[in-house]
Amino acid sequence: MALDQSFVGRTYPPTDPYEVGREKIREFAVAVGDANPAYADPEAAKALGHRDVLAPPTFVFAITFKAAGQVIEDPQLGLDYSRVVHGDQRFAYTRPVYAGDRLTVTSTIEAIKTMAGNDILDIRGEVHDEAGEHVVTAWTKLVARAAGTEEA
Amino acid sequence: MTAKIAYDDVEVGTELPTQTFPVTRATLVQYAGASGDFNPIHWNEKFAVEVGLPDVIAHGMFTMAEAIRVVTDWTGDPAAVVEYGVRFTKPVVVPNDDKGATIEVSAKVAAKLDDHKVRVDLTVTSDERKVLGMSRAVVRLA
Repeated sequence: MALDQSFVGRTYPPTDPYEVGREKIREFAVAVGDANPAYADPEAAKALGHRDVLAPPTFVFAITFKAAGQVIEDPQLGLDYSRVVHGDQRFAYTRPVYAGDRLTVTSTIEAIKTMAGNDILDIRGEVHDEAGEHVVTAWTKLVARAAGTEEA
Repeated sequence: MTAKIAYDDVEVGTELPTQTFPVTRATLVQYAGASGDFNPIHWNEKFAVEVGLPDVIAHGMFTMAEAIRVVTDWTGDPAAVVEYGVRFTKPVVVPNDDKGATIEVSAKVAAKLDDHKVRVDLTVTSDERKVLGMSRAVVRLA
């Protein structure tokens, strides 16, 4: 079923703040096998000019994707999440995510398309810090495969 | 922000050191916990097969995280990455054996931009198939 085009441009309310934990950053870096000391050692991060340990570039996806749940689970939109695969992902950073950041995400539906029966949804997540300054924007393209297809 | 690579020292075509990243089922369970993505297609073979996949597959975001390491290891400072995008074209299939899968990443400077920035294009393969498309980063060098 094609998604309702009138949802294009809809912006959802900002999320409650997500506080970025030093140990959560370390856990993520370990999980991707990345020993860059700037992710774990505040002194190493400071030597690079940072105020504290920073998160790897894709860390913020966990926060923006959770925020996109508002869109994905919006009953009025009616996306069939059981058929959704991740199509594209892009980030544009104003600054890195730091331990101690309290981040909010504002999600907007940028586009809805239907191609070969697949619903394609583009969601933009704007991430701001507690001072209201922009940190990073995440663009997530989700593809809801047409019912009856079995290729993922 | 202090990238260890200088803008003036790179040219279009400059290659970054290639890297190979192993992925096993244990890697995927660990990444699921760290990222909060517990979709069973990344750890439950029965479920994966039922939804039409050949086997358990890696999280696309795990592959995306590994690929950018070629850039962040090159620059030293991860904050040198100012833009990063990929298209998930093929899954990384991770068999339940002692070897798992490998992700191979090569990258080169594709364009020199203004303000000490360069565009780096990444080539990401597993089992000799391209798994990411349009995989590009904009990186600010010293």
